[in-house]
Amino acid sequence: MEEAFLALLAEWKGVKGNVIPLLQKTQEVFGYLPKEAMREIAATTGKTVAEIYGVATFYAQFRFTPMGKHVMKVCHGTACHVQGADSLDTVVEQKLGVKPGATTADGEFTVERVACLGCCSLAPVVMIDGEVYGRLTGDKLGKIVAAAGAKK
Amino acid sequence: MSARAEVAVGMSSCGIAAGARTVFEALSTSVRSKGLPWSVVSTGCIGACHAEPLVEVRQPDGRRFLYGNVDEAKVESIVSGHLQAGAPVAELLIPADYPYLAKQRRIVLANCGVIDPESIDEYVAHDGYKALRKVLNTMVPDQVVEEVKKSGLRGRGGAGFSTGMKWTFAKDSKSLTGKKFVICNADEGDPGAFMDRSVLEGDPHAVLEGMLICAYAIGSDEGYMYVRAEYPLAIKRLHIALRQMEEQGFLGKNIMGTPFSFQLHIKEGAGAFVCGEETALMASIEGRRGMPRLRPPFPAARGLWDSPSNINNVETYANVPSVIRMGGAEYAKIGTEKSKGTKVFALAGKIKRGGMIEVPMGISLREVIFDIGGGIIGDKQFKAVQMGGPSGGCVPEKLADVLVDYDSLTATGAIMGSGGMVVMDESTCMVDVARYFLTFIQSESCGKCTFCRIGTKRMLEILTRITEGKGEEKDIAELEELAARIKVSSLCGLGQTAPNPVLTTLRYFRSEYDDHIRNHRCAARKCKALIRYHVLPDACTGCMLCARVCPTKAAHGERKKAHVIDQETCIQCGLCFEACRFDAIEIRTGREAGLAISAARMTPGTSSGGSHA
Repeated sequence: MEEAFLALLAEWKGVKGNVIPLLQKTQEVFGYLPKEAMREIAATTGKTVAEIYGVATFYAQFRFTPMGKHVMKVCHGTACHVQGADSLDTVVEQKLGVKPGATTADGEFTVERVACLGCCSLAPVVMIDGEVYGRLTGDKLGKIVAAAGAKK
Repeated sequence: MSARAEVAVGMSSCGIAAGARTVFEALSTSVRSKGLPWSVVSTGCIGACHAEPLVEVRQPDGRRFLYGNVDEAKVESIVSGHLQAGAPVAELLIPADYPYLAKQRRIVLANCGVIDPESIDEYVAHDGYKALRKVLNTMVPDQVVEEVKKSGLRGRGGAGFSTGMKWTFAKDSKSLTGKKFVICNADEGDPGAFMDRSVLEGDPHAVLEGMLICAYAIGSDEGYMYVRAEYPLAIKRLHIALRQMEEQGFLGKNIMGTPFSFQLHIKEGAGAFVCGEETALMASIEGRRGMPRLRPPFPAARGLWDSPSNINNVETYANVPSVIRMGGAEYAKIGTEKSKGTKVFALAGKIKRGGMIEVPMGISLREVIFDIGGGIIGDKQFKAVQMGGPSGGCVPEKLADVLVDYDSLTATGAIMGSGGMVVMDESTCMVDVARYFLTFIQSESCGKCTFCRIGTKRMLEILTRITEGKGEEKDIAELEELAARIKVSSLCGLGQTAPNPVLTTLRYFRSEYDDHIRNHRCAARKCKALIRYHVLPDACTGCMLCARVCPTKAAHGERKKAHVIDQETCIQCGLCFEACRFDAIEIRTGREAGLAISAARMTPGTSSGGSHA
């Protein structure tokens, strides 16, 4: 087990309402929630493994498989929807060959559909590795994806 | 205010997304290399998001000049023209009488875009913590609650419950655990809404001051700020704010030397829309699945960890310091009889000037959309405005004179909501909008109540069928029946309001549903199954752009010759239409697209497939 993870368990043991922060910090350490870590969290919080999975699967933030090197979030908020977010999905699929929710075979990109990034006046937008790109067209996005893929 | 020579760059999430960081760096470098006596500072959301990145030049004589759509090239002319030569660059300026700003009244957003949100000193210099000082030194809790009641402030999260009443319940409630909690709901989940984010990023201390005043009023010594993890900048600025508050004695034991003590935790939400519901939010803080429970008992009686709790949203708390400073009676002079104060909206969609706006209650939607927002992009026909996100509804153009107050908006079938305002034009399909919101609600339903869990799924299936041209006449009645049942048999607001987007579009845009069902026609040309793309040979120049962007190679042809689109392989993604510079691609729907008329419309005995084939 990672040392950083063991330190987390020690830090949050016995703290009121510690389950979700522990899951969040664990995901920060591993990039996802590995099975073994879930068992440790259950033991530390005094809950069953099933309870911990119950909480983790309820929230959209938690993942149970590793992420790609780059993470792309295609915004499907209302403003982005009426400004044509659907066609951005088509471009992403065409460029990367994966649908939202999946990771490319080479592990480079994970593509996600998100409900709203809150940058509505720049719609439609996508976020790549925390950076927001706005006022997109299919053409613009194609170039951005190509450039992001070139970044190692 | 300050006699300093300052250049402020709006650094909220959307400003940064539009390139504010590059502008900030270019400004700093240029000012430094020229050795100019100006300091480059960052501020929160200035509000005119359509003109981001925004830069405000604040001269030592107190005059202010706002520049919009600034990029690196414009930075140079602002620095050399304005900062160095002292002459504002007229052609880049946003005029002082800009109509976008003229009809606004900024109370909640007063400091946003003015102060540096990462500096408590600037907040204090702008009347910050004055209200808290007044409350702690001169008022007993009953007086505080009374003042809030007098202001007529109602919850800004959507439902519009009286804030003063809520505080009274929490104050009068006996705690069996010896604790009471103050909770701020910053789990802004409505797609198309970013008011709370902008306030937290632009003026975090105003919200925190509001929470402290509430804590004093109800007798609480501990609180939680529950904020979406999707708002990293807001979270970062909140942490900075808390640290500064502790350093300056606004948080912790014996605040400002009084017996009042308070500690505050920041909780990051983990991505569940239903956690905007108060009982679900508390379950989530406690570390459980965020599922709502039956009320009563209300949080004021038994809330977080079985202790009486008061939950308000970001904008509500942000109003509180102003209420105390102005006095409740003075605050109540703004707005209408039953809706007091101002409301912040996130204006977006097919609008010319979108952004964060704050208007007095009682302004009409038409004024907001046309006077402030400047009307529809491309001067297309304004069709409707969606308010309140998935719990709200669409207000059609014919009702655009309705006033912004809780009761008038509710009468239209929409709601005030938390402040999302998405403007739609003739190119927006209302059936598609209804399907869009149902998709969202259906995936966010926590699954506790049967009708919300399964009913929304059935409604979504019907709507999807209609948008695919497979709708039947009986579908509308079925939608209405499901809607009625979901409303009455769901425990929480998510389920009770889930059918609203469908019901309001049915009420005002019924003919669009009928058109989809009977004529396989989507007048807005949005529903993919009901549209076909065609090249107009006379307009096509054979530039090959459409062929290049087409993901399925359906658009094809030779250079300098009219192209064609193969209907078999076309997936209606619309990229060719978007790319074409000669308006040579046409979208057809219904009969003109060669789509068969629905079987639902045919009388029995008619041969299927069309007799003239």
